[in-house]
Amino acid sequence: MFGRDEKLSSVRLTAVQYIILAIFLILAYGLWRLQVMQSEFYAGLAERNRVRTVPILAPRGKILDREGRVIVDNYPSFTALLLRDSLRDLSADADLIAKGLNMNPSEVREHIRKFASMPQYQPIFLKDDITPDELAFVESHRNELPELDTIMAHRRLYPRKGFMAHLVGYVGEVSEDMLNQPQWEFYNPGDVVGRSGIELQYNQMLMGKNGARRTIVNSRGKEVQSLSETPAVPGTQLKLTVDIDLQIAAEEAIEGKNGAIIAMDPRTGEILAMVSRPTFDPNNFAVRISRGEWNKLVTDPDKPLLNKAIQAQLAPGSTFKIIMSVAGWQEGVAQSLNVHCNGGANFYGRRFGCWVKQGHGAVDLTKAIYQSCDVFFYTLAEKLGINRIAKYATALGLGQKTGIDLPQEVSGVMPSEEWKIRNFKQKWFAGETISVGIGQGAVATTPVQLMRAIAAISMGGRMVVPHVANPSEFPQAYVAANHYMDVKNIPIEPSGWNLITDAMGRVLLPEGTAPSAHIPGIDIAGKTGSAQIVSLATRAKHENSEALAQNGWFVGFTPRRNPEIIVAVLFEGGEHGRLAARLATQVIKAYVDKQRRLPSKVAKQDHKVDVGAIWNEAGDEEFHGGRFLIDVAKPRLPLATAAPGLR
Amino acid sequence: MSRYVSFRDFDWLLLIFVLMICGLGIMEIRSATAHTQFAGAHIKQVYWVMGGVGAMFLMSLINYQAMLDKVHWLYIAALTSLMLVLIFGQKYKGARRWVKLPGMHFQPSEWVKLILILAVAKYFADLQQRELSWPEFIKAGAIVGVPMLMVLRQPDLGTALTYLPIAVIGSFLGGVRLKQALIVILAAVLLMPLAWHALKPYQRDRLTSFMHPDADSQDKGYQVNQSLIAVGSGGIWGSTEGSQTHLAFLPVPQTDFIFAAFAEEHGFVGALGVLLLYFIVLMRLTQNAQTAPDRAGTFVVMGVVAVLSFHILVNVGMVVGFMPVTGIPLPLMSYGGSSVLFMFLALGMVMNVRMRRFVN
Repeated sequence: MFGRDEKLSSVRLTAVQYIILAIFLILAYGLWRLQVMQSEFYAGLAERNRVRTVPILAPRGKILDREGRVIVDNYPSFTALLLRDSLRDLSADADLIAKGLNMNPSEVREHIRKFASMPQYQPIFLKDDITPDELAFVESHRNELPELDTIMAHRRLYPRKGFMAHLVGYVGEVSEDMLNQPQWEFYNPGDVVGRSGIELQYNQMLMGKNGARRTIVNSRGKEVQSLSETPAVPGTQLKLTVDIDLQIAAEEAIEGKNGAIIAMDPRTGEILAMVSRPTFDPNNFAVRISRGEWNKLVTDPDKPLLNKAIQAQLAPGSTFKIIMSVAGWQEGVAQSLNVHCNGGANFYGRRFGCWVKQGHGAVDLTKAIYQSCDVFFYTLAEKLGINRIAKYATALGLGQKTGIDLPQEVSGVMPSEEWKIRNFKQKWFAGETISVGIGQGAVATTPVQLMRAIAAISMGGRMVVPHVANPSEFPQAYVAANHYMDVKNIPIEPSGWNLITDAMGRVLLPEGTAPSAHIPGIDIAGKTGSAQIVSLATRAKHENSEALAQNGWFVGFTPRRNPEIIVAVLFEGGEHGRLAARLATQVIKAYVDKQRRLPSKVAKQDHKVDVGAIWNEAGDEEFHGGRFLIDVAKPRLPLATAAPGLR
Repeated sequence: MSRYVSFRDFDWLLLIFVLMICGLGIMEIRSATAHTQFAGAHIKQVYWVMGGVGAMFLMSLINYQAMLDKVHWLYIAALTSLMLVLIFGQKYKGARRWVKLPGMHFQPSEWVKLILILAVAKYFADLQQRELSWPEFIKAGAIVGVPMLMVLRQPDLGTALTYLPIAVIGSFLGGVRLKQALIVILAAVLLMPLAWHALKPYQRDRLTSFMHPDADSQDKGYQVNQSLIAVGSGGIWGSTEGSQTHLAFLPVPQTDFIFAAFAEEHGFVGALGVLLLYFIVLMRLTQNAQTAPDRAGTFVVMGVVAVLSFHILVNVGMVVGFMPVTGIPLPLMSYGGSSVLFMFLALGMVMNVRMRRFVN
């Protein structure tokens, strides 16, 4: 049967051959397209598959005090990051990643979105300082989430309990807003930068340069081979002028109160201590802070984030009388001015009271300073007029930034006729001058400003620029360009500033306004101040509410001639300057104690002390006596070896 | 009837080309599985090929005409084995494809292909006329359609599709009219949405990921993407690193994606060379079909040609991004006993036909 059949159509067989040829040509074209035309593109993708770039984070420079003691250090921690050089769809994994790292999925997606425009080698930093549990999650999900990795980061370790928090500042991830500003344009999302204080001011110096490691990985993210490594360049360490011992004294003095304390060497402008209260703990948000915690800090009426030493603009109260005295003396008015204070005086048809209701009696400049007689300075202000007051106050730096090397310093206000027209389009009323005479009215100063002005007076007119970084560590040209060592000489007659500082020396004596702050053996010259924040009448209406209490001020220095340290205190709600003075003297005492403790030639001699003693053995009634040579090292108070919380 | 069968008429040239392809496959399996859990797979493949060659010689000794006489029994046996798989098959990744026999896993859908080639050849050879009538056409479709539906039930879309070219080539050579072909194609297109509905989700994913490989480069499109990268990065002369294959970015490089692995390591030149070898084998086979002693012999050889061409089209098409991922291996190169054994048995049938070309 099989033999009978005829052969098949050879046309159709040939057609099959051509169909097969066509199929092979199409497949060959497919290969040509991929391997010849688009080969480079796919080679690039293959490279992205296998080459992984992991950054090596550079540690930030340490911050040291003037003696090289550590204030801010780093500690190693793990940061979780997403590598973007793989082809994985990161958003799809967001839920699992978020769960493992205890984050919100939306937060993870937000991170991914933020980095979308960045080059591929730039990984996405997800979470800093991950817990051991989260680290274990990353390690155990290498196969499922090959893009998730960790790197060792150096996290900032700040002193505990907000010690020096305002001065040091804190670091944080650079924000999107910041990146749009010109000074941050060379930074990348995820960079940890200084956000306030010294961390911000000296960010460039403190921040190191991140390195990178390029490796070949397999599809499971396992490293197969290392390609190249660019080591990280650590940040430069920064030495401050602050003395931790004085800082501790200042922090302890103001603990539990609101306000600010600054101590400075009036000869050089070196800030020795700077405290602001209330404070915050930068360790809580060195990188991240919860929204609630942040809102609490921002909305707190006591403004814990504000560095009041340079950012509080308040009426200086009676401390302004020192500037008035200088103005009066230089204008030749104060020398011969004698007033009789009976508790108040009338100017321009209005009565201005003195803080001592029964009056000070006959008052000259000296008594007016140590007794802080308002009537004397009302009279002086009336005689000088606002423009002459403003001339000297402005020369002494009031109403201007001091140029301290900290961000966000404010300028304060020193009113004048021109100032009023410029800002209020109004003429200056002569009556306004009277309040300015006692540091009320439109005058507003920052503690650092007031301290600098009085420091200049104490130095016979030599005015320095306050600074917190030690300029001796910086290159000469940098120091000059940034005015660290600039000195302005304000002409003040020596007889004038001698008399004024002598009078200030009596403020802490029994006849002065702050005798309770006196420390025997230390010659402190200073001036108290109590500044109203609302008028006394308004305050009475609010039943003397504590929120409206007067601010206490004190600016004092020691020694009275050739001072070595000047301290300014703002005690918010402190009611009277003498309370502020007590805080200042604690800092001054710490300074003096420290100076006196410096090892002398005597201290280096051996301290064998001959002592006599009588004793009896247990159960024995007979007494024994003898003399012994005991080696007694000179007792020394312990000095801090580092900022609290750091060692 | 004088029967003169000699191995002198055996197609040694064809065997040489086939073994060259197998050799390249073994080489690539060795390279792709080194440092993986499958290391050493190439040795197993060598045994499979040796076994396959043996099976081919045995197959060539059985007179295909005798087999065609008994093909209805074979066909019933094929349907029964598929039924057994549906009932007793081992469940693996959601599909019943394997029957566990003592000492080995057996996938009956592979050898059903051989029986279908014979059954279709027998059916069309017996028809004798130049043009197909509608009932004959539908009956031919049913011969292939019934086992195809049973394999689809497993479900194994890829293997089911490999039955299709057997019916197509049979109808084409058996004299299907253009009108009939167009109507069937039109009906198939109209039934597409229905078929889509019947697909398993993972099968749909494979099809959609083929159309948009980047939409989900992580899971379903991942294989397609990595395959494209592997092939593309091979360039003209091949990638020195071969990182897609060796760093395991390319999934299962020893089986379904062996051509991608080969193309990465040996470039456009190497891949084109392999295609050329396959083309030579196919041309040699069609030549054998033309010299077959009878219609049935031609149908048998062309059935093998159709299945082999379809495998190459779908597998290489998938690797270069023209076809969806269907899980069809590249015959002779891909690692796997069932696939190798099937190919050599099919070649054995071809040899069988060739050795009897002068027998009459």
